[in-house]
Amino acid sequence: MTIEGRAEALFAYVGGLAALAAETLRESFRRPFETRIFLTQCDQIGVRSLSIVLVTALFIGMVLALQTAYALADFGGKLFIGKVVSLSLVRELAPVLMALMVGGRVGAGMTAEIGTMKVTEQIDALRAMATSPVRKLVVPKVLATTAMLPLLTIIACVVGIAGGMLIAVSNLNLSSNFYMRSVISTLKYNDIASGVGKSFFFGFAIALIACFNGLRTSGGADGVGRATTQTVVTSAISVLVIDFFLTKLFLMVA
Amino acid sequence: MSETANTFDGAIIDLRGVAKAYGAKQVLRDATLAVRRGEVLVIMGGSGSGKSVTLRHMLGLEHPDAGEVFAFGEEISRYSERELASVRMKFGMLFQSGGLFDSMTVFENVAFPLREHSDTAEDELARRVEEALAMVQLPGSGQLMPVDLSGGMRKRVGLARAIVHHPQVILYDEPTTGLDPITADKINELIVDLQHRLEVTSIVVTHDIQSAFYVGDRIAFLRDGVFEWTGTMDEARRNAPATLREFLVTSNVASAQPIEAGERR
Repeated sequence: MTIEGRAEALFAYVGGLAALAAETLRESFRRPFETRIFLTQCDQIGVRSLSIVLVTALFIGMVLALQTAYALADFGGKLFIGKVVSLSLVRELAPVLMALMVGGRVGAGMTAEIGTMKVTEQIDALRAMATSPVRKLVVPKVLATTAMLPLLTIIACVVGIAGGMLIAVSNLNLSSNFYMRSVISTLKYNDIASGVGKSFFFGFAIALIACFNGLRTSGGADGVGRATTQTVVTSAISVLVIDFFLTKLFLMVA
Repeated sequence: MSETANTFDGAIIDLRGVAKAYGAKQVLRDATLAVRRGEVLVIMGGSGSGKSVTLRHMLGLEHPDAGEVFAFGEEISRYSERELASVRMKFGMLFQSGGLFDSMTVFENVAFPLREHSDTAEDELARRVEEALAMVQLPGSGQLMPVDLSGGMRKRVGLARAIVHHPQVILYDEPTTGLDPITADKINELIVDLQHRLEVTSIVVTHDIQSAFYVGDRIAFLRDGVFEWTGTMDEARRNAPATLREFLVTSNVASAQPIEAGERR
């Protein structure tokens, strides 16, 4: 493909995403709201992601504690462990890592599901029966992901900080009391708001990209595979790019 | 039937000069076709000639690059998805692969159009679904999942779903493709049977010539994105143009002899 062709395809992609975002928001306010589908999706996206969230967060918290103690050893770093672990987790690592993990797990599944429906004429069947695929499929998924990812992020923060404490107490001979006091005195409302705030945007972006790739799938099983791969890549990159700009924005505002 | 019955020159669906391209491929060029109320119109043509695309235009699933699409007297080619909803409710469409939702049971699939667009009570719903399933000769199969069904059964469930809300027009996209001859015959009989019982208008896209002559009243021959010839089945047997003739001869519907001068008029 020529450079011009690729640039055009990129613009078309971004434009399509924006159009789908607009339609999703519009359809969100249209009755009847698909409560049952929404709750099923919350279960799929939120509850069933708990295990990977717990494991990821626990180990990240423990590794952070070990690395901080090592890196800051010359400066008496042990004393800063609670501060470093909690700040980096809450402000940055929990939202981003959860978005990447959940984006991989949930986003790929969404694209595969909608993409398969597309290539087997189920999306056309919905439209032919005067039912909006966006209202029926996209809205519940986007809303559920936008609601669940912040919750998972909060859980990840708690578990990660607990993981850090585990290492602080068992390996570094700090008292749990000291660790917790340092965590509590460090974390400001601001940090939590910016961390959890980011994850709303991540959740929306991941689900939107996944649904969009699903809806534009063509060409059978092969096409579904390609669309799924693209979702994992695109959503991961988007999360990191969005993260940068949101961080800048929040630092400016705060 | 409906108050909008024959408002548009007696045609229930009317395509005028429809053109549609996908990328560099010009599928429809100048497709003009009028469908009369109550008939079974068969759209024929080779693979990739734009038969299914024509059907999709009638439902507003595709929007033409040029030309107009009238359905029930409304020009729908520029309609948004929401504006199309009320028009689409008057249609039932059987998709090539059935288009069944595989996360739902057969019952839920067939009940879908009713649940989406009406407040039908559960017992009435069950009655309507069972009635539709009985019409396609699959009574009592409501609890099966689509994955448990054979190709022919999937099409029949798809057909039940297409008729459950009592549409005025039924669109069939390759109803017999991919089926064994016996199952294909059954589907053909179903199309004719439904036509009599439901008093609908049917449009059948197919390249199966046996099927076309079994179910059709009229035939429209699509070639190079244009409806090259339209006429009754009898006319098709007697004086079809050479290109359609070639199509028919291969399945012994028309004789292979060149048409003699005296026969022509």
